[in-house]
Amino acid sequence: MAQLTYRSSVSLAIAQSMRKDQKVFFIGEDVGAAGGVFKATVGLLEEFGKERVMDAPISEQAILGAAMGAAMTGLRPIAEIMFSDFLAVCWDIVANQIAKTRYMSDGQINIPLVIRTANGGGSKFGAQHSQSLENWSMMIPGLKVVAPSCPSDVLGLMDSAVKDPDPVIFYEHKSLYAFKEEIEQTDISIPIGEANTLHEGKDITIIGLALMAQRAKEAALILKDKHDINAKVIDLRSLVPLDLQTIKKSVIETGHVLTVEENPRLCGWGAEISSLISEHCFKNLKGPVTRVTTPHVPLPSADILEDNTIPSVELIVNEVIKKLKGE
Amino acid sequence: MVDKLNDDIGEEKRLQLWEMMLKLRLVEKKAYDLFLQNLIKGTSHLALGQEAIAGAFGVALKQGDYTFCTYRGHAHTLARGSSIEGVLGELMGRQCGLMKGKGGSMHLTDVEKGVMGSYAIIGAHLTIANGTALASKYNKTNEVSVCFFGDGTTNIGAFHEALNMAKIWNLPIVFVCENNLYMEYTPIHEVTAVEHPAADRAGAYDLDKIIVDGNDADEMLRTAEKAISKAREGKGPSLIEAKTYRHSGHSRADPGKYRPDEEVKDWMENKDPIKNYRAKLLDFNINEKIISEIEEKVKDQVEKATEISMASPIPEIKEIYTDVWANGGSEWHN
Repeated sequence: MAQLTYRSSVSLAIAQSMRKDQKVFFIGEDVGAAGGVFKATVGLLEEFGKERVMDAPISEQAILGAAMGAAMTGLRPIAEIMFSDFLAVCWDIVANQIAKTRYMSDGQINIPLVIRTANGGGSKFGAQHSQSLENWSMMIPGLKVVAPSCPSDVLGLMDSAVKDPDPVIFYEHKSLYAFKEEIEQTDISIPIGEANTLHEGKDITIIGLALMAQRAKEAALILKDKHDINAKVIDLRSLVPLDLQTIKKSVIETGHVLTVEENPRLCGWGAEISSLISEHCFKNLKGPVTRVTTPHVPLPSADILEDNTIPSVELIVNEVIKKLKGE
Repeated sequence: MVDKLNDDIGEEKRLQLWEMMLKLRLVEKKAYDLFLQNLIKGTSHLALGQEAIAGAFGVALKQGDYTFCTYRGHAHTLARGSSIEGVLGELMGRQCGLMKGKGGSMHLTDVEKGVMGSYAIIGAHLTIANGTALASKYNKTNEVSVCFFGDGTTNIGAFHEALNMAKIWNLPIVFVCENNLYMEYTPIHEVTAVEHPAADRAGAYDLDKIIVDGNDADEMLRTAEKAISKAREGKGPSLIEAKTYRHSGHSRADPGKYRPDEEVKDWMENKDPIKNYRAKLLDFNINEKIISEIEEKVKDQVEKATEISMASPIPEIKEIYTDVWANGGSEWHN
């Protein structure tokens, strides 16, 4: 039994994959000698050397292009984009090249790579270093989208992501890097596409991802203790592939659904989930699906502004009460 | 004048290059004919007039080497030995196409031949070609990666990111700028700060300034062989600027009217790489009968491949849903 932070589970997960497979290498800005700007890759350079842990220039297109080309030959690169916001400067490589090349080549080319990136708000970094961008990548056919909410999921999902024959974008939440968990076994594997239940309940289904899944769990504990509401909290873990069966099963039981998203409202992933639920579970619904999101604004920086933009535990609690009790 | 006594290339390789260039020329002409018959839809970017560059590299490269080209990539694909029916079939959207109609003219890919794709977003493939070169270095194998692109590419960020990375990591790669003097419809000099769009930037990445007449097939072959050897010996990347000229417009929709008539006439009549190479073969006392036999052979190959392509069935509709993922499917939820 060891206590691991989300941060240290990232470097451990990468190290475990690199120990198991010589084809795995790691590339990114400040990832080696500096150990990463979030210190999530400390020790990798020392263990694996410069040939397998490569400090790259500030050239996001060149980083992802090199990772893609290497993956095309059968290597299994892990590439870091320091902040997910920087995906915007290499979006051509992600959306046009990495995502589409397998299809366009009629399956001649596989691209087994992992792009890991620090995502999400809570650090008061302002609108260009805080975004929650899972939905950007979710809408591109050919990309798998993973967002772990706890250290054990980082370990298990990273193992699967590196072994996956398809490209995976691995969104690590900045506000979870200090999150701790007691872990028995570190060398674990969690299949991509299986949601996790963080709290059991039959009154309402709350669906979240990454930090929002943890906040939904905290909200569920309060709802149970103080309001006699039993909420089922589903941590999606991945948006693509999506565990629709777990969602359906719960919605059939509860009839009430709340999605909690960190992204701005328009075209957030909750909209797709809501659409799927209305398509597959319409007769089971006791009311409309409620989406809790950030308002449709860029993320502001000041404490009070950011804190009131990103969905909080309190907001989730209130929305559930409003929904179930009409208060 | 030719120096027959000190011929570093030799008859065998010259005839190989001749056959290669002819194939590229005749297949592109056939592609144009098939457009006019409306048998090829979509767009297409022909490399007519630029055959010496792809042809020379096709002769100089070894099996196992990687090439990356642009949407103007029919010639570069054929130069690696891809079948003519694979190329024409893809252009026509037939099952015999290299990607069975899933990619089209701008995305020709034939991994078995080292054709690692044709890329339709300017600049991207320079960064991706670094990746196959990085893999060769990582695996300590000696394949060389070659990346072809146009003059317009030198003004996009990815070009600069890729050159810097290739240099700092001493990658086994050759970047080949085919400077056909026009960035799509605009003269390249009107939109570029330097006279030689690639070569004048080489110094910024501590690379040699290499400019070559891209329509002189022998010079092109020498330049290609030198850069490939350098990469294969672990001596790092090269950036080559090969001056050339499109005989046709930028794409299917472009008649190329923005180019002065005199300029077009000069390049077509005096600087056509194929016409000039035929003359050079004769200067080297190569029997005209051999030259003509190769011409007949290639013509015959192109006609037969065209027949095969036209007879090939169109793809099945179910193919829409295949090969997004490595499991062969396209499902995104359970």
